[in-house]
Amino acid sequence: MSKSFTRRTVLRGAMGGMAVSVGLPLLDCFLNENGTAMAADGAPLPVVFGSWFQNLGLNPGRWKPAQTGRNYENNLELKVLDPYRERMNIISGTQYFMDGRPLETHVSGVQIATMGSLPLGVNSDPSLDTTIADVIGDKTRFKSIEISLGAGRQSLSRRRGGAINPSEPSPAALYARLFGPEFKDPNDAQFTPDPHVLARRSVLSAIADERRDIMKRIGATDRTRLDEYFTAVRQIEQQLDIELQKPAPLASCRLPEAVTTDASGRNVAAVELNNKLFAALLAHALACGQTRVFNVNFGTQGLRTPGGVRDWHSLTHEEPIDPALGYQRDVTWFIEFATGTFAQFLRLLDGYREGDGSVLDRALVLWQTDHGYARTHTMDDLPILTIGGAGGRIRTGMHLVAAGDTSARVGLTVQQAMGVSLNSWGRLSNQTSKPIAEMLA
Amino acid sequence: MAQGGLRSRKLVWGAAAAVLVGCSIWAVATMLGSSSGPITPGPSVTRRLTAEQYQNIIHDLFGSDIDLGGRIEPDLRVNGLLAVGASHVSITAAGMEQYDAMARAVAAQALDEYHRDMLLPCQPVSASDVDEECARAFLSKVGRLIYRRALTENQLEAYVTAAAEATRLTHSFHEGLALSLSGMLSSPSFLFREEVLEPDPQQPGLYRLDAYSRASQLSFFLWNSAPDSKLLSAAESGELHTRKGLARQVDRMMASPRLEAGIRAFFIDQLRFDEFETLAKDAALFPKFSAQVAEDAREQTLRTVIDVALTRNRDIREIYTTKKTFMTPALGAIYRVPVYKEGPNGSPDAWQPFEFPSSDSRGGILTQVAFTSLHSPAGRGSPTLRGKAVREIMLCQQVPAPPADVDFSSFEEGDAHAAATARERLNAHATVASCAGCHKIIDPIGFALEHFDGAGEYRLTEAGAPIDASGELDGITYEDAGGLGEAVYRNPAATSCLVDRLSARALGRTVTAGERNWVKDLKEAFADSGYRLPALMREIVMSETLYSASVPVDEPAQQVAAAAVESGVVEVQ
Repeated sequence: MSKSFTRRTVLRGAMGGMAVSVGLPLLDCFLNENGTAMAADGAPLPVVFGSWFQNLGLNPGRWKPAQTGRNYENNLELKVLDPYRERMNIISGTQYFMDGRPLETHVSGVQIATMGSLPLGVNSDPSLDTTIADVIGDKTRFKSIEISLGAGRQSLSRRRGGAINPSEPSPAALYARLFGPEFKDPNDAQFTPDPHVLARRSVLSAIADERRDIMKRIGATDRTRLDEYFTAVRQIEQQLDIELQKPAPLASCRLPEAVTTDASGRNVAAVELNNKLFAALLAHALACGQTRVFNVNFGTQGLRTPGGVRDWHSLTHEEPIDPALGYQRDVTWFIEFATGTFAQFLRLLDGYREGDGSVLDRALVLWQTDHGYARTHTMDDLPILTIGGAGGRIRTGMHLVAAGDTSARVGLTVQQAMGVSLNSWGRLSNQTSKPIAEMLA
Repeated sequence: MAQGGLRSRKLVWGAAAAVLVGCSIWAVATMLGSSSGPITPGPSVTRRLTAEQYQNIIHDLFGSDIDLGGRIEPDLRVNGLLAVGASHVSITAAGMEQYDAMARAVAAQALDEYHRDMLLPCQPVSASDVDEECARAFLSKVGRLIYRRALTENQLEAYVTAAAEATRLTHSFHEGLALSLSGMLSSPSFLFREEVLEPDPQQPGLYRLDAYSRASQLSFFLWNSAPDSKLLSAAESGELHTRKGLARQVDRMMASPRLEAGIRAFFIDQLRFDEFETLAKDAALFPKFSAQVAEDAREQTLRTVIDVALTRNRDIREIYTTKKTFMTPALGAIYRVPVYKEGPNGSPDAWQPFEFPSSDSRGGILTQVAFTSLHSPAGRGSPTLRGKAVREIMLCQQVPAPPADVDFSSFEEGDAHAAATARERLNAHATVASCAGCHKIIDPIGFALEHFDGAGEYRLTEAGAPIDASGELDGITYEDAGGLGEAVYRNPAATSCLVDRLSARALGRTVTAGERNWVKDLKEAFADSGYRLPALMREIVMSETLYSASVPVDEPAQQVAAAAVESGVVEVQ
């Protein structure tokens, strides 16, 4: 919890006319001698975590590099990521363990990838992005931003107790949320706390006052759910507290162009357009200190080319393997579209410069999928990618093989790199206390 | 009742006592008797308001022109119903942000210059100053409706203080009041339907909902909205705890036009019509299927159901066979029937009654565009999806997920991929043993609807080949869609399913083993009524089982995998 305002202190401050005026510092004071972007207090800019989930896997034999270690070369389906070769890792060989539970195709893999376990009871484990957001996301206006590309409000980000962070499918709506009237430009010279925000802050404490009575009354299961609700209320309070403080100047923060229209529907053109809009908005939001965690759900469900009768998923099962090519031609078109979309997303994050680095440089983006090979729903030899060095916390430029190990090793590594204090992660056979040491700087 | 059981649920003794003071004695001594045997009540649940309920309450309270201007956290479907999922969901920070924004938007409209005079019981001394008395009068009146019970003195005081502070900050009485009101709309007491229990004077060791929770149980089931002031008064006076008082309120509520909202809500949930939100068809393949068609198709089926169930109070099974429906010009294009812009008497209503001739293969909701298009992928029809939907939605049967390790090569190498009709393609599945089991019980249902393409439009051929629409459902064979409707009509699982889902909707959970005798009674009563839905609803709200509870044990780990799938937490392919 950041510095908290009591209702009284906030109000006293406001009554006294809390308009604060701060001279705008020169922009270049935020660069150190090497030109690296720094926060106003001289510390390196904070680390960013992002997840990108793409169902339906890749084609075996077409994505795994032939070489391991540092001297790897991207194979066909990851060639599009060549610009990031030095800044990414490919982890191959891991698997999802079912431990005798029935395989729910396209579901079980997602659960193990994001939560390290299959849910048992309503109190499923939280997804790893939320444990990371609890550590790195509590100083920003938005603890995390969930985005879906063509998947409605579907989201893979969930907290303990069945609470799902809903995804935003509309770039225009995300623009309004991030950069609407409540956005405070960190580089504005003038800062006046908004009396409405002050008033809202005081109203929310009336709600928080109800907590004790309710918690006394309800049963244990419902208590977990109500607890989640009150945590959410506290986060809104925190968000308002942040809006009431003069934000620290951020030299690289620029306002994005307003996004007023976007594309709807599940087709590749809509995904392509929205992806660009979302990526640009996120880059600005990260540079302007609005959030440090994002989750992108690349929705493959029902994704078709215009006029295409079958969607990607149906094709994985129904399209014959092209005897000349040795793989399913239309399915592969979608795979390449999906990785190309991811590359475009990275390009936009990388294009947003901060000093001589980019927003991507201080990020760690984790790319995962549900099956090794969608056609037969395999759960092994999963492709997993990480992109970005997380401001030096992650070593990159490697193809790492963890043959037969649980995919949770990657999840554990990523959480540890982000500062989550845990020694092991996952459950049953998916439990591990062995991070991928090569990746940890 | 073991004392240990109380650990997880402390009761509101104070509140219970207050209610009991004005309480009359039960007219009927044995409440939970049953012709089928004893009933042991299940646990109480805490439900999050569904998106629809939130909207209904706001419109009931402040006027139907209030724009919510936001999106509510997605609802979760568990055991086939969002009404059951409501007992499993919580609110996250991102969701809370939206509730908060929506609450402020609603409150600002409720107290803007167009609405405030209708809602404020008083005029503030000055528009820019604090007027605690007027604020208290408003907040106490509206707070009772929002909290669905009278506010405690502490609660009221907190909101009056918040309004005063907000008025000082904004220099506006109405803005200050609106901010305080928005707090109420973000409060747990509004967003969650908590069931408050009290010891049941008639059943030592058992518990019952307190009078206010009883009122909510009744109104959310019958109206899909919060209790109105009259119902809360009946709760306050203790009247609602009496048999006679309950009957009086049930009569009043069932005579109200708002009963339609309750029935609609049930069918929207039961038929999974929330999925229309993401329904899209490929415009290149189905040029007639516009957003307007989708909206009208959904409404058409709901109107058909309401017409059978409520307006004409017919045997509910007729929804599967009736030739009577309603049309709009947009639907006329896809059904290829003429629909004129004006009604028969020159009325401007776009909706017009329509009856298919008895020879037409259309009849019943399964043949309507809503059903056939909703259960089809964006680019084609699907006998499998439609058959699965009939089993799961109409008959409450669970179709297992497809096996994970199908070897497709056996028919990929054949000519199934290039086959003209869905029947030919699917017959190829039948050659794989692990597929055949399920496809055998779902595809023949869907084959009957093959004359309707992915957008629900009639067709005689698929890819040039004539369509064979014959099929079979649980031993009844048929030649076309009309025969399928008859087969569902005659299938005992169809009415049984309806009772299961409707009772689960009322309780906010599926019935427990101890409540099975209750459901058995309901099924008998439903049959005795000639399958009249309003009669079944009355039976449910007049049973004490609906208002009784055992002290809950913590929920076992159940249905969670299913819940995760249905919620859209994970992508279902």
